[in-house]
Amino acid sequence: MSGTVHKTGILATIRRSVAWRALATIKGGVAGGFLLLVVLGAIFAPVLTPYDYDIQALTNAFQPPSLAHPMGTDEFGRDVLTRILYGARTSLSVSVVAISISLVFGMTLGAAAGYFGGRFDRMVMVVVDLTWSFPEILVALMLVAIIGPGVTGTLVAICVAYLAQFTRLTRSQVMALKTETYVEAARGLGASHAFILFRHLLPNCLGPVLVAGMLATGDAIILEATLGFFGLGAQPPTPSWGGMMSSGSGLLFKGPWIILFPGLCIALTVVAINLFGDVLLAKLDIRDRLRVV
Amino acid sequence: MQMPADAVPVLELDGLVRTFTTGGGLLRKGRSMTAVSDVSLRVAAGDIVGVVGESGCGKSTLARLAMRLIDPSAGRVLFEGRDVTQDHGPRLRPLRKKLQMVFQDPYSSLDPRFTLRDCLLEPFAALGETAPPGRVEALLDQVGLDRSFAGAYPHQLSGGQRQRVGIARALAYRPEVVVLDEPTASLDVSIQAQIIALLQELHRTSGLTYLFISHDLGLVRYFCTRIVVMYLGSVVEEMADPDAVPRHPYTAALMGSSFVPDPTERAQIVPLEGEIPSPFALPPGCPFAPRCARVQDRCRASRPALTQTTGASKVACFNPVEA
Repeated sequence: MSGTVHKTGILATIRRSVAWRALATIKGGVAGGFLLLVVLGAIFAPVLTPYDYDIQALTNAFQPPSLAHPMGTDEFGRDVLTRILYGARTSLSVSVVAISISLVFGMTLGAAAGYFGGRFDRMVMVVVDLTWSFPEILVALMLVAIIGPGVTGTLVAICVAYLAQFTRLTRSQVMALKTETYVEAARGLGASHAFILFRHLLPNCLGPVLVAGMLATGDAIILEATLGFFGLGAQPPTPSWGGMMSSGSGLLFKGPWIILFPGLCIALTVVAINLFGDVLLAKLDIRDRLRVV
Repeated sequence: MQMPADAVPVLELDGLVRTFTTGGGLLRKGRSMTAVSDVSLRVAAGDIVGVVGESGCGKSTLARLAMRLIDPSAGRVLFEGRDVTQDHGPRLRPLRKKLQMVFQDPYSSLDPRFTLRDCLLEPFAALGETAPPGRVEALLDQVGLDRSFAGAYPHQLSGGQRQRVGIARALAYRPEVVVLDEPTASLDVSIQAQIIALLQELHRTSGLTYLFISHDLGLVRYFCTRIVVMYLGSVVEEMADPDAVPRHPYTAALMGSSFVPDPTERAQIVPLEGEIPSPFALPPGCPFAPRCARVQDRCRASRPALTQTTGASKVACFNPVEA
């Protein structure tokens, strides 16, 4: 489906971008729209809600959802919607930052291992496979136990837990791509290893790896929530979705909305991320690109 | 084109050997095969040397050895009299500018993410240079592609158009020698003719020297000034004149099996009998002996050396076909 676009400039560039074309589909539009809403909600939380996330009002505790409190109030009388908006800041930023760092390290390690092969490759893969042989949550729990609970611990834990996945994926992509004739052709032109890696191999495996990163962000939100649920994530009074579910779990019958809404938020966000990742993967196919004249 | 005996050939391959090892593991020793065995070749400036042989005879390996893309197990590669066999990485860059290659498969030899402009600028970018202004357009003109193609991606082009890009890229440095590794093998016959015509024109206008790898003996006889016939990694015949009568039984069989359009001139095609010996276990004698109609006892015992016949032609056969 290659058309011809004559326009240049910012608008045309945006329209050609993968993200835009993913948003233009129904599935991608709904999922991307929801994610955008959550991100904007997190950013503009102080403007959107009149309440504070940490001021307790015990007389106001256990209010069911109403116009004043659309998602009710918790056991300390704090507005649940407010805490969800602020909690999105922790949950989303920790997951996204951790996965980004993990991606950078994983891609570098995987690309180098796949491209150079040999002893270096075997050394990297032994370490990477070692972390992969444990479930992510176990690796994360062990690391948090070493570093200590809190945002930093969660960040490092998520980083290491997903490193193996990105390293392996990049490595296998690079190993497949490096046998392509255009890599040999580049060597015939006198290109250096760095040139081949950064101009040919990494851009060509970027798509699948970025989508894997996107999908892993969804998992990372759950992992962050799980650590929060165990009380190992962001420490009170800083709200996080997992932490909110944790405190709501004991109050399931007294105030079911306290656990319901953050749980719903986690579920919807993860589903939206997965859906958007799917569409992105389809749109990243090079044949879907428009011709620039 | 006849080369004076004392002239330094622009590209010289001297006793090249390349073995590959496959399989093998922690406890098992891998099997090794000789893809190219003791091949020597002198390419004079302006020559079009055709290397012809069946698939698997080592001609593509020879092209990569000549390009210094893979290291030889033994032997030397000389460019303009200078030994470049020990050069690697950045030290090969001066050679790269003078020796370029067009690859067989125009589909995988272009990065799918590169527009044609990127493809044609890559030779300069790879060496950290800036292309002279207008070079992309000049290259597109040279290979007969419309300038509006500069923004197109490879998947938007046909096979023939892609191969033109491959040729343009090889010309970007203004090289002296171009190795053509079956540049027409994956194209339709009508497109093949266009590409060959383009290569002929570039040979004439740019004073290029070609090392042309092909399995199509008819094409090689039409296009080349000198022919080297390979069989199982070795040169079996060198023909100084492409129209000469073949002396080696293998070359004769190859020519006998090429298709003649005129039915009245068609001779009975005698298919080659017998199996190609496994490259993992070459017989001691002539590698062609098991399939040869003119085989003698000594062919199976010892290997015939490449010896001069008439002029600069050579043949490796104890019992060659009479001229």
